Amino acid sequence: MTRYVMIADLNRCVGCQTCTAACKHTNATPPGVQWRKVLDLEWGEYPDVERLFVPVGCQHCADPPCMHVCPSTATGQRDDGIVTIDYDLCIGCSYCTVACPYQARYKVDKPEFAYGETPMASEEIRFDERTMGVAQKCTFCSDRVDAGLEQGLTPGIDPDATPGCVNACIADALSFGDIEDEQSNVSELLVENSWFQMHAELGTEPGFFYLWDKELPEELQEKMQGE
Amino acid sequence: MNRFGSKLQTHWDWRAAGNFMFGGTGCGLILMSAAASYPNPLPLALGLQALALIGLGLFLVWLEIGRPWRALHVFFHPQTSWMTREGSVGTILMPLALAGLFMEIPGLVALSGILGLVYLFCQGRILLASKGIPSWREPAIVPLILSTGLSEGSGLLILTLYAIDMAPIQGWVFFSFIAFLAFRAYAWSTYLGKLNGSKAPKNTLSILNGINPLMLWGANVTPIVLLLASMFLSSYTGLLSCLGALLAVAGGWYMKFIIVARASQVQGYSLGKLQKGRPKMKAPVRRKPDNFVFDQKYEKENN
Repeated sequence: MTRYVMIADLNRCVGCQTCTAACKHTNATPPGVQWRKVLDLEWGEYPDVERLFVPVGCQHCADPPCMHVCPSTATGQRDDGIVTIDYDLCIGCSYCTVACPYQARYKVDKPEFAYGETPMASEEIRFDERTMGVAQKCTFCSDRVDAGLEQGLTPGIDPDATPGCVNACIADALSFGDIEDEQSNVSELLVENSWFQMHAELGTEPGFFYLWDKELPEELQEKMQGE
Repeated sequence: MNRFGSKLQTHWDWRAAGNFMFGGTGCGLILMSAAASYPNPLPLALGLQALALIGLGLFLVWLEIGRPWRALHVFFHPQTSWMTREGSVGTILMPLALAGLFMEIPGLVALSGILGLVYLFCQGRILLASKGIPSWREPAIVPLILSTGLSEGSGLLILTLYAIDMAPIQGWVFFSFIAFLAFRAYAWSTYLGKLNGSKAPKNTLSILNGINPLMLWGANVTPIVLLLASMFLSSYTGLLSCLGALLAVAGGWYMKFIIVARASQVQGYSLGKLQKGRPKMKAPVRRKPDNFVFDQKYEKENN
């Protein structure tokens, strides 16, 4: 079997937001919608200040709450673990949005473009009327993955079969691949490094791993606790 | 574990809150009025009022969805979605109650009253399944939604009976109203206590703790005192019991509005517990096989 996952190496991420820009360019998401975004955390006091960048988005959970709550069956899951949305079935009730613990879902009710009413070239090509008034989120660029597989390429290795954000990452912080394959790039990264999954305690089994090697300073934990 | 980036969810606003407020009261009312009138026919004013409230709640939700003309898709996922289950129960409840009302069949009205209780349970489970919102996913929310629906329904029953001049009201209605209010006070305190002991967002806790005195004393204890007093001060029975009922209904609506639309901060992000080694992954829980509609479409596309 195949289970696609993504890895973000927090020791490498420089917070350049190129992944965010690449995702927006690839998927032509409207203003305010970021299927892939990067959180910017800062702590300490001058001159002893530290920053940490955390890419977030749909975690393509093995047990996705969004899919269970969806009343229309619009949210589904592929055999390879990618969580999907059928825009023709979705009623835009936003139940999935409040069920998602990762703030990964968006709903846009009317066409919006980066520069007013006239879409840019990428927006014109990728604009899909079906996405209006329904839930939308990161697809792990499943169209790219599928097109690449049809050509015999390997997702996560060959750029033409790999999500746009991973291809664009300048620091090589993002990786994508099949975790069921013990020899894959992602399996090796997880074996060689310490890692965590976000909100793992909720039992969602996220398909997104973070490589990281230290606990946050106590001062920051207290500040952030239950904000 | 530490969390950050919590903010108020804005996807479910006053319209969604309206479904919990009016739908919950309508369900409590149909149940209590069916029980109070059985085996006699249910007065039209009571039955229609209950159904209008449930209908108003569903209408408000309909106003909120992005693709209102696809509303029938809401029935596609009874396997796991409590929203589908709520919609389905509502769809059976409405015609059943209408038939019972107009054909004067108390059995049908009683059955719709029981469905009202199921509908209330579905509402509680809808919130419980919302894993992104700590104040909703707390299991104690289910008894709270049940108890407040029953309290509001009992309160509205008493108000309506006085309004349509059908008092005196049977004693057990008063006692069950008092019991539901006591149940709601307990459910509210338990809910708030458990949230305070959890890692719910600070804003959520501050909002809910802020309304605690009003909820506990204003919406529960005061109505109980007023109802008890109304039993002993016979010349003021109507005034005191209606005042108590009014406080109980308004308090329940206010509480549900706050929980759904104001104290519904998302949990934010967190850095998890560090682990080492190749993770043991659970296989993806796929939905395709249990979905007739999706399967048909899938097969059509692949043939």
